[in-house]
Order: sequence, then structure tokens, then C-alpha cells
Amino acid sequence: MTFGESVAVEAPPRTTTERITRTISKAPIHIALAIVGLIWLLPTIGLLITSFRPASDILSTGWWEIFAGRLNFTLDNYQQVLGSQGMLNSFINSVIITIPSTIFPVFFAALAAYGFAWVDFPFRDSVFLVVVGLLLVPIQMVLIPLVQLFATMGVYGQFTGLWIAHTAFALPFGIFLLRNFFITLPRDLIEAAKIDGASSWNIFRTVVMPLSVPALASFAIFQFLWVWNDLLMALVFAPRPNGLPMTTQVQNLLGTFATEWHLLAAASFLIMVVPLIVFFSLQRYFVQGLLAGSVK
Amino acid sequence: MSTATAAREAAPEVAQSRGPKLLRGWNMAALIFIGPAVLLLAVFMIYPAVRTIALSFENGLGNYVQLLTADPRFISFNLPPSGSLFNNILWLLFYTGGCILIGLIVAVMATRVRYERVVKAIVFLPMAIAATALGVIWRFVYSPDPDTGLINAGLGVIGVDPISWLGNATFVNTALIIAGIWGSAGFAVVILSAALKGISSEILEAARVDGATEGQIFRRIIVPMLSLPISVIAVTLTINVVKLFDLVYIMTKGGPGNASNVIAVQMYQQFSARNFDYSATVAVVMLIVLIPVMIFNIRRFRSERVIA
Repeated sequence: MTFGESVAVEAPPRTTTERITRTISKAPIHIALAIVGLIWLLPTIGLLITSFRPASDILSTGWWEIFAGRLNFTLDNYQQVLGSQGMLNSFINSVIITIPSTIFPVFFAALAAYGFAWVDFPFRDSVFLVVVGLLLVPIQMVLIPLVQLFATMGVYGQFTGLWIAHTAFALPFGIFLLRNFFITLPRDLIEAAKIDGASSWNIFRTVVMPLSVPALASFAIFQFLWVWNDLLMALVFAPRPNGLPMTTQVQNLLGTFATEWHLLAAASFLIMVVPLIVFFSLQRYFVQGLLAGSVK
Repeated sequence: MSTATAAREAAPEVAQSRGPKLLRGWNMAALIFIGPAVLLLAVFMIYPAVRTIALSFENGLGNYVQLLTADPRFISFNLPPSGSLFNNILWLLFYTGGCILIGLIVAVMATRVRYERVVKAIVFLPMAIAATALGVIWRFVYSPDPDTGLINAGLGVIGVDPISWLGNATFVNTALIIAGIWGSAGFAVVILSAALKGISSEILEAARVDGATEGQIFRRIIVPMLSLPISVIAVTLTINVVKLFDLVYIMTKGGPGNASNVIAVQMYQQFSARNFDYSATVAVVMLIVLIPVMIFNIRRFRSERVIA
């Protein structure tokens, strides 16, 4: 699903007069949509502009002053948060946390989903139902025992613990999503490969995987953004003090500099940069992934 | 949506393939494919979840009795009611309702203009933003300093004194819920707009020819035909509400006092204070609240067999 072109509900205008009449009659809609657009853009734009304004300007005037032509552009805020406020380190931590926490779930969920879709074994549907049932378990239900378990395993407060937690928590949704996609693949194709003597593993690798790129991409993007934007798991499991991702780092900055907007604005945009790039470059998979992920 | 069609075509065949084959027994293939995932889920989800339930019953039913009857931070029935559970109910009503209402209005208006794509992309954009960043954006909008906060600057123009939106127990929940709606309305817009395209233009034309006003068409035709997608959105947003954590934690930490607390934040506060059995009790309450919602969802998946 994408932001598809609008399907014309009415016939196209035939004459210029008709076109003008229609535009005028639609004026209230245009005005209302313009207001909607402003409400949805201004808060973000305001913070974006602020992130490029000198701290002294931010203290004395609002960001809307730029409409009066007063903008002193600076990169100092970004320099300061990336350097002395540790956001560069946190950016790297976010990458270190997110990449394995995306690859592992995609891999294990794809394996299991194929098993549930195309391999026969006893109690398959019951096991699958249990997996789907786990969708309803909120993170809060596992936090406390996981802390103890990770401490016993020696991975508490380490990236490994965070990777494990994210991977396990992503599996029910990933398996559910991918299995539902895999069962839509043509049965003949898989049967033919079986008759040709291909092993399950080879069918998985050479038939199912290549045909499932859209579903895998949607899940991968969803999971990537989920982990990148996650605050709760990071608060509990991220290595302290040097292994914090950007979300927890911004939360720390809020505690220390609640009104230092030049720092907070720049730091928030650093969190947003990667998701926004994904949003604009992979919009189709992005929307699909987010809509599918709404079951979580 | 071709996936959906394919799913429906494939479904009967899959159903036929079950049965006798299931008795063949476990084989290496099954273990290789589902083994790793099942092991991970058993050790890192099922076992911890069972432990959490056990932990919540550490003093018998004591924690539950305390939470539901003697913890005004969780729920207070004194008038006016308050507490985190009550705030979640406020969120459920106004955030879910607000998203659906705005989603409907924007989706219907957007189908009637050529720049529909742009409108939908703009409203959907906050879905990409971390709730952490979203919280900072709205703390900025609500800033009590009229030289910083957009809303207080606007009020200043019409001569109203600045209001501490997030520092005032009267306004804080409304302010947070507005930020929440801003973050999620795009989801409703995209789903409803796709559903609107499924309503045949002939029905709408026929109604117009019969002299129905746009308002009547909206209430009598469009809204009833959208009841399924609306219920899907309501369920999804309800799950969001129960799990709501980041936005409230970043914007107010449940304050001032306990005025804007929600159950997920309270669970984390108890966890941080090392009241593990009590925090486990709050987590179990979250789970119990989610069960009916999730049953609805799973039923829907089973009947639809679509991924998005």
C-alpha cells in the first residue's frame, strides 16, 4: 500500500468555466487541507529551524523570526551535541544495536515462517498459534526476569543482551507476517522443486527467499525503525554509560538541559535523520511495514 | 493488495495439505527451520512471562488488591477519578476517537484534491519519527516561554498570558493526547483513504443525483461503509494506548505529580524503584487488558489472511 494517486470520484471537468466553478466550490477543502498541512509540518519545522539557530538567538526570540528575515545560521549546535554531548557515540551505538537486532529476527523469523508454511510436522498449527499468541505479550511482561536471566548469562548491560531481547521480541510478529506471505507462494513451484529433488533448505534459499523480497523488506524496515526508535528496551538493557543509543541519550539530555533547546533540537533531529531517509527512499515498503506492524 | 487475492486463492490448497501428512512425525527439516525461533521464544519470552506472572503473586493476591483498591497512583475512584489507569481510559477515548475523526475528515477531503499524495505523506510523516523525538518536538511547541513555544506565542498575540501546558494538572493530559493524535492520525488517514477507494463512485453519484447533501453522503454512506477499517484502526490504537510509554515518559514522566501517568510508565517507575513484584503486577494487568483486543485481532487475521 502506498500513498497512491487519487481515484477520481467525479468526472473530469469539461470546460474552463466548469473547472473554475469547481475550484471555487472546493475552496473550503483547499483551505482546510492547508491548515491540516500547517499543523502537521510546523512543529517539526520549528524544531528543525531551531537546531540551526545560535543558542543566544533561541533564548531571545522564537524560530518564527526567520519569516521576518532574521536567521543566523549555525552548525554549532550539531557540533556540540555530536561532540561534548556524546551524540556521535550514541549514533554509533544506535547502529551497533539496530543492525544485528534487524538481521537476526529477519533470518530466524524467515526460517521459522517457512517451517510453519511448507514443512509438515506434528502440532504445527498449534505451535504456530502459540507463536501468534505471543504477539500480545508486552515488553513489560518480560523485563524483570530478562534482567535476571541476562545477569546469569553475563550479558546484562551489554549489546548482546539487547540484541537477544530485540530478536526474541520481534519473532512472533516476524513469523506471523512472513508465514502469511509464504503460504501465498504458488504451491506448484515448491512441489516442482521437491520433485526435482531439492532439499527443504535449497527450496527455502533459492525459491522462497528470492520471491519474498517485498515481505522481507517490509519486515526488515519495520524492525529497523522499531529498534532505532526504541526507548524502553534501551533504558533497561543498554550498556551504561557508554553504550546508550540516541533515544536514551536524548532522554538524559532532557534531564540535564530541559530548556537548552539548541542542544535538544539538534539531538532530536539526529534521531530522525535515518528514519526520514528511509521514509523518503523506501516509502512503499515503509508504509507497508508500518501498517503490517500495527498489530504489534 | 494482490497479496490478498493470492492468499485467498492459495488458502484452500494449504488447508487440504494438512491432515494425514501431519502424522509423519518430526524430521530434521522441521527442527532446523523452527528450532531456533522456538528456542529463543521459549527462553526469552515464555519463560520470563511465566516468571513475571509468578512474581506478581508473590504475596498471594496482595499486590492485586493493593493495586486495584489502595493505590491512588494507579486508580482512584474519588471524584474526580484519577490515576494512571484512568488516564489510559482518557487516552483510549480521546486519542483513539481523535485519530479516527481526523483520519476520516482528512481522508475524505484528500480524495477530492489532486495533491492527495502530498497531504497523506505529510500527515503520515510523524509515524516515522521516534516517540522520543516527537516528545521533544511537542515539549518545544508547549514551552511556557512565549519566545520559544508556538502555542504560547500565538496566545500572546491575542493577549492571553502564557500557560504551562505540561506543568498544569488541568491541561497536561489534553496536551499529551493532542501530541499523540498528531503522531498517529496518519495511520488512520492512510487506512481510511485506501478503504474509501473501495467505495464505488456509482453509489456516491447515485446519492448525489438523488439530491443527497455532502453531509448526508458522509454520514449515511461513507461512515457505514468504513465501519470495518474503523474498527481495525480502533483496535490498533487501543493496543498503542495500553503500551503507551515513550511519549509520556519523555514529555512529563507522568507528572506534574501523578497527573499524566499511564500504566506502562507506572510499571517502569516501580521497576526502577526495584519494587519488582509490584511492577510485575502492573505488567500482568497490561497483559490482561490486551487479551480481548488481541483475540479480536487474531480472529481478523484468520478471516482475512492478509499481511497489510
